[in-house]
Amino acid sequence: MKTHYGIYGGQYVAETLMAPLKELEAAYAEARRDRGFAEEFEGILRDYVGRESPITEAKRLSAHLGGARILLKREDLNHTGAHKVNNTVGQALLARRMGKRRLIAETGAGMHGVATATVAALFGMPCEIYMGAIDVERQAPNVQRMQMLGATVHAVSEGSATLKDAMNEALRDWVSNCDDTFYVIGTVAGPAPYPEIVRDFQSVIGREARRQCLERYGRLPDEAIACVGGGSNAIGLFAGFIDDPEVRLVGVEAGGRGLATGEHAASINVGRIGVLHGAKTMLLQTDDGNILDTYSVSAGLDYPGVGPEHCHLHDIGRAEYTVITDDEAVAAFDALCRFEGIIPALESSHALAEAMKRAPSLGGDGLILVNLSGRGDKDMENIMRYKASGPHGGNAGI
Amino acid sequence: MSRQRITEAFARAGAEGRGAFVAYLTVGHPTLEGSMAAVDDVIASGADIVELGVPFSDPFADGGTIRGAAYEALKQGVTLKSVLAFAGRVRARHPDTGLVVFSYYNPIVSMGLETFAEVAGNAGIDAVLVVDLPLEERGELLGHLARRGMGFIPLVAPNTPLARVSASEEGLANSFLYIVTVKGITGARSELPGDLSSRLDAIRSVSHLPIAAGFGISTKRQAAEVCRHADGFVAGSALVKCVAEGRKPCLAP
Repeated sequence: MKTHYGIYGGQYVAETLMAPLKELEAAYAEARRDRGFAEEFEGILRDYVGRESPITEAKRLSAHLGGARILLKREDLNHTGAHKVNNTVGQALLARRMGKRRLIAETGAGMHGVATATVAALFGMPCEIYMGAIDVERQAPNVQRMQMLGATVHAVSEGSATLKDAMNEALRDWVSNCDDTFYVIGTVAGPAPYPEIVRDFQSVIGREARRQCLERYGRLPDEAIACVGGGSNAIGLFAGFIDDPEVRLVGVEAGGRGLATGEHAASINVGRIGVLHGAKTMLLQTDDGNILDTYSVSAGLDYPGVGPEHCHLHDIGRAEYTVITDDEAVAAFDALCRFEGIIPALESSHALAEAMKRAPSLGGDGLILVNLSGRGDKDMENIMRYKASGPHGGNAGI
Repeated sequence: MSRQRITEAFARAGAEGRGAFVAYLTVGHPTLEGSMAAVDDVIASGADIVELGVPFSDPFADGGTIRGAAYEALKQGVTLKSVLAFAGRVRARHPDTGLVVFSYYNPIVSMGLETFAEVAGNAGIDAVLVVDLPLEERGELLGHLARRGMGFIPLVAPNTPLARVSASEEGLANSFLYIVTVKGITGARSELPGDLSSRLDAIRSVSHLPIAAGFGISTKRQAAEVCRHADGFVAGSALVKCVAEGRKPCLAP
């Protein structure tokens, strides 16, 4: 199994978690060799999640921008409304195979929580979700969805009361209950083997998108763009093109109110190397090694670390990582609603905003593939509140 | 050759026919001066080794008591750097007590491993315990500590196989094995697991380092019971709770 990505990754956990991690490694290695496991996984993705997800060409938006054609990989059309379910189906299958009877998860925007609650219901397992108290408030519809699906949602009010604090609490639960509990990590962060497992389950996004591009356009896209919080949808997309050097891979971090304000979540762009939640990675932290509170209008990107493989792809130059502010993301959100009749998640709107910046300079022959990782229904109240609070200022890269 | 105060502490306790008392305190809780008084008090009450807890913003292995203390200390602006300066003052007051830095890994990585080892060594630290640094990842830090004559204290969990216990103590000196009594986070527990004694006996039969059991020990009775099967015990949350309540840190009967 892959435990390190360059100098990043690893297993920086309390000793009590080493045995469950080794158990997970062994179970996953065995599942990977089992054709039956893959068939069941693919069957559920097809018949329950509704894969494959289409690619939609954003024709009116592209024409408006006057440049490259923007293609949307429609992960928002999956059951539960985001890419997160690809991974939770896979991990729930692993949990069942390992004889674990209880699922726990952390969630930021709530999409991973909903996706975990969904598979817990599907497999008949009890489920507890940890969510920062601030996120519980700004993503209330998702809290209701999780509860409707039978999950217990714990609001975590410690620290910054967002995703990192939810993950701390999930780790505390797991270390106390690891005999019968499977921790469904929602992103490519955390200790090995999670980054690899989540990547593998999400790589269906990139595999499909690559084939769809070739079938429809007879060529690969010039750029593949995805938003990066922990980075699972981006890794899933990148996985399909990693061996195609002509495809530029672009990850988009949350610029919040602008890098100069310190209110953002751009771990790769301005973080320093450190260790959090089991992995060595780029972290937003103080000079003394305490983790900083992050900020983004989108709860799903509001995390001070990032998956170790992204740090490595950045170091070796295979992917570049840019920054999009709240204002730019909200403008992209509006544009997609009005030009294409698609309401995107605020997270995915960051990727879209980057595509909109690049499209004009790429020329009419260009193809930009954007991972539309989730739908924006959950964001309605948040967006209305954001707009009501007036002009925000703030530009990426200041 | 620097002094081997951890080894000495266990030898001294053993010669006196008792288990060594390892006391954990969060530095900077409620204030740095309050911590100094608490350290003086636990040493006066018989602590052989003091673990100086470094407050961290994300204490994911700790229960409510120690988390609360860490957040209080952070509010005072206490950092790894100030903990090490504090350690130097403790060393000057208590030349014979074993001193351990007890930290999450990120503050150490952030300071830089070499700088950390140098500053900790100069402060008179004897050994280092890092909550989230298992066998697989500890190599890079261990070299720096060894060059400064400091030990490293591995954690042994209830689900750590005996073969891994042996691997964990390989090459270590001036250290002890910290036997975590329960699967879980730090904090007082009314009852310790029923199979703890046999587990301690099994670990002791394979280990060359002294073993001390911790997590959940809050009474003298529990400590005495544990020390029939271990070379020492660790008390943390119970002491921190005393400090939080404005009392001298001590174990209930």
